[in-house]
Amino acid sequence: MAILQTPNGFTLDNSGKRVVVDPVTRIEGHMRCEVNVDQNNIIRNAVSTGTMWRGLEVILKGRDPRDAWAFVQRICGVCTGTHALTSVRAVEDALNIDIPENANSIRNIMQLSLQVHDHIVHFYHLHALDWVNPVNALKADPKATSELQQSVSPSHPKSSPGYFRDVQTRIRKFVESGQLGPFKNGYWTNPAYLLPPEADLMAVTHYLEALDFQKEIMTVRTIFGGKDTHPNWLVGGVPCAINMDGDMAAGAPINMERLNYVRSITERALVFCKNVYLPDVLAIGGFYKGWLYGGGLSSQAVLAYGDIPDRANDYSASNLMMPQGAIINGKLDEVHEVDVRDPEQIQEFVPHSWYKYSDDRAGLHPWDGVTEANYELGPNLVGTRTNIQQIDESARYSWIKAPRWRGHAMEVGPLARYIVGYAQGHEYFTDQINSLLRSLDVPVEALFSTLGRTAARGLEAVWAAEQQLYFLDKLVATIKAGDSSTANTTYFDPATWPKDVKGVGFTEAPRGALGHWIKIKDTRIDNYQCVVPTTWNGSPRDNEGNIGPFEASLMNTFMEVPEEPVEILRTLHSFDPCLACSTHVMSEDGEELADVKVR
Amino acid sequence: MHETFYEVMRRQGITRRSFLKYCSLAAGALGLSPAYAPQIAQAMETKPRIPVLWLHGLECTCCSESFIRSAHPLAKDVILSMISLDYDDTIMAAAGHQAEAIIEETIQKYDGNFILAVEGNAPLDEDGMYCIIGGKPFVDQLRHVAEHCKAIISWGSCASWGCVQAARPNPTRATPTHKVPGLADKPIIKVPGCPPISEVMTAVITYMLTFEKLPELDNQGRPKMFYSQRIHDKCYRRPHFDAGQFVERFDDEGARRGYCLYKVGCKGPTTYNACSTVRWNGGLSFPIQAGHPCIGCSEDGFWDKGGFYERLTDIKGFGVEASADQIGMKAAAIVGGAVAIHAGVSVVKRITQKGDDA
Repeated sequence: MAILQTPNGFTLDNSGKRVVVDPVTRIEGHMRCEVNVDQNNIIRNAVSTGTMWRGLEVILKGRDPRDAWAFVQRICGVCTGTHALTSVRAVEDALNIDIPENANSIRNIMQLSLQVHDHIVHFYHLHALDWVNPVNALKADPKATSELQQSVSPSHPKSSPGYFRDVQTRIRKFVESGQLGPFKNGYWTNPAYLLPPEADLMAVTHYLEALDFQKEIMTVRTIFGGKDTHPNWLVGGVPCAINMDGDMAAGAPINMERLNYVRSITERALVFCKNVYLPDVLAIGGFYKGWLYGGGLSSQAVLAYGDIPDRANDYSASNLMMPQGAIINGKLDEVHEVDVRDPEQIQEFVPHSWYKYSDDRAGLHPWDGVTEANYELGPNLVGTRTNIQQIDESARYSWIKAPRWRGHAMEVGPLARYIVGYAQGHEYFTDQINSLLRSLDVPVEALFSTLGRTAARGLEAVWAAEQQLYFLDKLVATIKAGDSSTANTTYFDPATWPKDVKGVGFTEAPRGALGHWIKIKDTRIDNYQCVVPTTWNGSPRDNEGNIGPFEASLMNTFMEVPEEPVEILRTLHSFDPCLACSTHVMSEDGEELADVKVR
Repeated sequence: MHETFYEVMRRQGITRRSFLKYCSLAAGALGLSPAYAPQIAQAMETKPRIPVLWLHGLECTCCSESFIRSAHPLAKDVILSMISLDYDDTIMAAAGHQAEAIIEETIQKYDGNFILAVEGNAPLDEDGMYCIIGGKPFVDQLRHVAEHCKAIISWGSCASWGCVQAARPNPTRATPTHKVPGLADKPIIKVPGCPPISEVMTAVITYMLTFEKLPELDNQGRPKMFYSQRIHDKCYRRPHFDAGQFVERFDDEGARRGYCLYKVGCKGPTTYNACSTVRWNGGLSFPIQAGHPCIGCSEDGFWDKGGFYERLTDIKGFGVEASADQIGMKAAAIVGGAVAIHAGVSVVKRITQKGDDA
């Protein structure tokens, strides 16, 4: 190929210089990216490859559905818990189990705390180094940094010149030791970095503050789930019984002391989001608002399943506090209803993935999903099958499938949620967006960008921390009204289950729409399928040649120095890729076990 | 011009007197006599940072996530002042060629003198291409780095045992570090758990830096200091087990009183880990305290040893048992023996290896 026109509106030209980034770092899991740049260093073709596969659904076959949450939670330790929550919802849907109101509140608190934690860690520890230059921070004047800090966030107490001087001294000693650790071989002379030294110093300081603080946020889940990473969940409710005023409350999972702990941490998390995280997003965004690359599919096609049911057991859009809906063809005035059960809506394709179907052109709904691993490389590969120098995107090229909504490649994630919410006129989200646009003095179109994705995450962290308090209040109110129940065990015994059922559970993971589809037969898992956010965002091409969100977002981006992939990393990171999530997907029924190719 | 741990503490306003006191407390915490305190102090005052190459295979990154949750020491201080984390694709600034170049630079400069930390494991099927780094199989990178390292830390149950992707039928032939064919013969420290406890991870590192030696390992390669006792041995709910007070169903009266979770599937009696002693997230809680039975996540093959809510039916009590003999933990056997008398039951067999009927 030289030039290809994709149905979703992109012109791909792979004739220019090929740039390979493998591994793409500061993500969860393993990923490769290749682009072609033209003579003006503009990306004209982009190829994203998921480079790992584990086959968890095969492993789930035949197991106890009540155990599934623990297996699928290990899909990802970064968005830990969201797969577990999705799983218990799928099993409860299949078995018609209603959970107590308190269980819903506790699950929501846990899920919202993940949003807060994950967004903060993503921004500071996975994404910041795409915008922030720690070496440049050495040139900063601590006094001017203090003034900057006080201007962007007057309420943050850690703002004295001495404080910034101490941090700067520590970084200087670190750099002068010659052992640069995680900052080694960074792109610190690249002109793509635009912050003045004071903003760099402020951001590096908060990199460290956030690293110290993030561990507190998750203690909420240690209280309700016993540990974090990977807390414990339960089909039918939550495992943590409540005992406020009875015998032996001190040794019970949830008592007054535990609730106070949760409240204290949650309040501090909200303060951190409001006083540090969001102001940093705005401050850094202000210096980069001329860099509005990376919109990709966000202005055309976005999808959100919705999440955070206000009342227990009602997963309809009107009861979900995170928006649900689909926008296609760039028509923001028309939000489509989403039904995860509808076989016509969500389908997965594999013509460019390392899997095969009996009919490779077919799209399969997850309940009927099939996966057979099929690692093969195209004729234009440069290298060998165990030493890929340049991949052939005209053939199979990724361990990720290509999910489509009514045939459309869709972006999912915080920006997608905010766009759907904005299009639906959701008051809270609309106010947040308008205030963001005013602060940065940019038009609404600026949302459809790498920066927009990053900003939406910051807005959402504030929202999520506030809702955590809402559910904590609700939990207390319910207990006060006399209901302390946390689990419905009526159908916990498999002997009570119907012979043959299926169910679906969905959540909004920090990275976007997540669904699990389960079939249960004779009390055992007959089929389990997950379609995860990074499957949507990192999808390879489909039958029609549509490119997925990662690839689309890289298109037409100018690179300062093509050998130094700062811009590629910046845009890919804005999606917060999670490759272990996206590439585990596998198998329908028993027979396929034998079909996994073992060469 | 490196910053030592001592300098970090001084800079944070800690006096020399407090620092020395900290060292003797640290010695106590590690179960050592106060005579070790000067040794700890000396190590913290003078050590340059040892390079660590932290590789990721098939995994979920839960070990890294656990590591950054360490309350003491803080992950920040480990990374900035104790080790030189030169390669860790989860947090490193560089990508692609610039990232891969670091591995060769480290090997050249510190051949035989750096730590290899492994998170996740290598799939061997499909010529290793179920996990690709830099266009090549992860297992190649693992073998190459292992060849030149001083010692290997196998973080978590993936690197130690295989964990979830190695659960039956192990579709990719995911293989824990010590079983990778052709791997250089280097000392391997297994720190199992899914994930391991944050403070256990940082304690293993600080122990090695402080004492300049590997921690004492049991015959399965785990540090004895954290893995020589079962959860059950030090569980705060143990008196309820001994008294025959059990949670019969989740959210029943027993659950609200914090009774023993054995009947709803707790694997604490067969799981060697520090959850009931060190606890999680700065000592805040652990699964049993939060009302869920232990699922045994630090044990080899725990995914295939029966359902998480199925009672350990083959376990008749807690006596001088096969697994304790196998692991050679005298202390555990003695404690267990006392309980066997108390509970009035006889011999324990190891949990069934049969697994569920997947």
